[in-house]
Amino acid sequence: MKLISRLRDPRYYQIAVLTVLVCFGVTVLDFGIRWQNAAAILATALTTQFFGTVYARLPRFDPLSPLITSLSLTLLLRTDEVGLAATAAIIAIGSKFLVRFRDKHVFNPANAALVTLMLASDHVWVSSGQWGSAAIGAFTLACLGFLVLTRARRAETTIAFLLIYATLLFGRATWLGDPLAIPMHQLQNGALLIFAFFMISDPKTTPNSANGRVLFAAMVASIAFVIQFIYYEPNGPILALIVSAPAVPLIDMVMRGRHYQWQRPVARTRKRLKGVY
Amino acid sequence: MKILISIAAALLTIVVTTSAQAFCGFYVARADTSLFNRASQVVLVRDENRTVITMANDFEGKVADFAVVVPVPTMIEREQINVGDRAVVQHLDAYTSPRLVEYHDPDPCVLYERSERMSSDGAAFPKANAEMKRGARSQGVTIEASYTVGEYDILILSAAESDGLIRWLNDNGYRVPRGAKGVVSSYLKQDMRFFVAKVNVEEQSKLGYQYLRPLQVAYESNKFMLPIRLGTLNARGKQELYVYALTRTGRVETTNYRTVKLPTNTEVPEFVQEEFADFYRAMFDKQTRAENERAVFLEYAWDMAWCDPCAADPLSAKELRQLGVFWIAGNNRNNGSKIAPAAAQNVFVTRLHVRYDREHFPEDLVFQETGDRQNYQGRYVIRHPWKGASSCDVTQYEASVRERQEREAQQLANLTGWDIDEIRAKINFAGGERPVPENEPWWKRIWG
Repeated sequence: MKLISRLRDPRYYQIAVLTVLVCFGVTVLDFGIRWQNAAAILATALTTQFFGTVYARLPRFDPLSPLITSLSLTLLLRTDEVGLAATAAIIAIGSKFLVRFRDKHVFNPANAALVTLMLASDHVWVSSGQWGSAAIGAFTLACLGFLVLTRARRAETTIAFLLIYATLLFGRATWLGDPLAIPMHQLQNGALLIFAFFMISDPKTTPNSANGRVLFAAMVASIAFVIQFIYYEPNGPILALIVSAPAVPLIDMVMRGRHYQWQRPVARTRKRLKGVY
Repeated sequence: MKILISIAAALLTIVVTTSAQAFCGFYVARADTSLFNRASQVVLVRDENRTVITMANDFEGKVADFAVVVPVPTMIEREQINVGDRAVVQHLDAYTSPRLVEYHDPDPCVLYERSERMSSDGAAFPKANAEMKRGARSQGVTIEASYTVGEYDILILSAAESDGLIRWLNDNGYRVPRGAKGVVSSYLKQDMRFFVAKVNVEEQSKLGYQYLRPLQVAYESNKFMLPIRLGTLNARGKQELYVYALTRTGRVETTNYRTVKLPTNTEVPEFVQEEFADFYRAMFDKQTRAENERAVFLEYAWDMAWCDPCAADPLSAKELRQLGVFWIAGNNRNNGSKIAPAAAQNVFVTRLHVRYDREHFPEDLVFQETGDRQNYQGRYVIRHPWKGASSCDVTQYEASVRERQEREAQQLANLTGWDIDEIRAKINFAGGERPVPENEPWWKRIWG
């Protein structure tokens, strides 16, 4: 029973999918993942989580979330310096413990690290175009499988983001008179899918209510579109998420909902627990 | 051991046979004369939001009747357009070309005496008006400026609507490719502007050039992109484009297409030396297909200060300035007493090769500069077996050479998709005897 209830935790599936993606990226696509960076990110993230657990006096050390953050960073962050990869993990996990508002961390960990380092250093970048079209097909299936298996729990954010972003892209193409092959091609982007399924979907940093999440997704999609197609800057979605993050507490104030717990049965037994980090 | 390295660079011009009809812009012809340019080369100098683009072409045809319509991301002024030097682009091409390196086995009986020599044969590189204004305004096209730069008459257009631009081109005797209207309209809505460059025959004959010199444009825009859509309109089949990016920080890659490194540092059979261009073309074809014809290929990424081995010398600071690398000082401070300036620093070159058509590349190429300064080059290795007289038993040496030759044959077959038996037939196996490949069926050798 315990095992089954544990497996209901969607993070196991996330970890499985992300691991497959990393392996696929390294072996088949060869898109620049350096194993030193991956090792540094993983080790640093787990260590930071451990110290964070002690600092926040959490009842137990939870390796799942830092594992997901590590895998996301491994997939998205490119750098030629191992030190920067490790710094990314510290910023990501550290921000969870330090930047908090009303028992929730404000920024998505991997997102906070990516943006901070991209702005601070020339040696950090995101290679958003490195997924071939064949890979995108398999990837989309894996992501959709994720929705099915988790019974689309809290998947409003992902679905709303993709729908709104796609609508904006198709709308732009229609206004410009461009062939629809162009927005289709823009949507077939590996980094965009990782973002939609594994970053913006994070239930810990999105609003508590379903309506709030849809509103938030719409906000991120619109800002991403403006960054990408009006200011012509790359990495629109990643930048849009960090810009929108401070709006989450405001949305929560207006639209009330229940704070998400990864494993509800466990969380209910511990009154002191202020939410698993 | 004596190692002799000589380099033959496969210049894009020989690698490419497909005729291409346009680059960033599109050509418009006055008559039915056909115009071919085999490959387009674009040099993109980029730092922050400043870009200097140099567009070079291999024209074949009578240039006097043609004009090229070039989209640019922003409004530009006269001083932003320049006519460059084709030789500098050719030099950049030679410097970044994929290279074949050859080594000679030492005398197997003498296992010492090591020397190295390297040579690069530069010669081996195959290389690469008032009335009009009134008419224009009535069609919604304002000719913002018109003047002559070098052998070109330049017209900077500001079109309120694409219909006007297309009609203006038609009225002035240019044939516009079908489908151009839609793309022009889309570009205009994205705040892009156009200029038309046509050859001023008088100026050209005065200057004495037999070819068209590259056009250069300097502009400031967040858009780090190359408009290729117009180029796909009148193209027959696929087009070849080489992009040389010169940046301060590191390698450049596309953000909306996959950028793939071509296989490199592979040992290939000796005969590849004679057919390097065929080899490179076949390998590029195979790699393109493996990526579903949707990838941009990295052929070279290197710090401009050096090279190893060098297919050509790195570009001088002066040449880089000519290409528009604005952050380095040109060596025009000629005070006579100083030693020759050191090789240019702080410039990283990326050479990208893309074969594109409308179906596989629907969107313009969008680039980003990365922090990656890892050097990469397309390098292929030939190892010549020892052919001199030997003073000892060479049976073992010959066996090892045969094994290596078989391995090289298989690698070549893998890279190019060429038939393995045809490859083997071209190899002079050491001792005159072909080794039996591990997985060859037993009956293959019964009847010779």
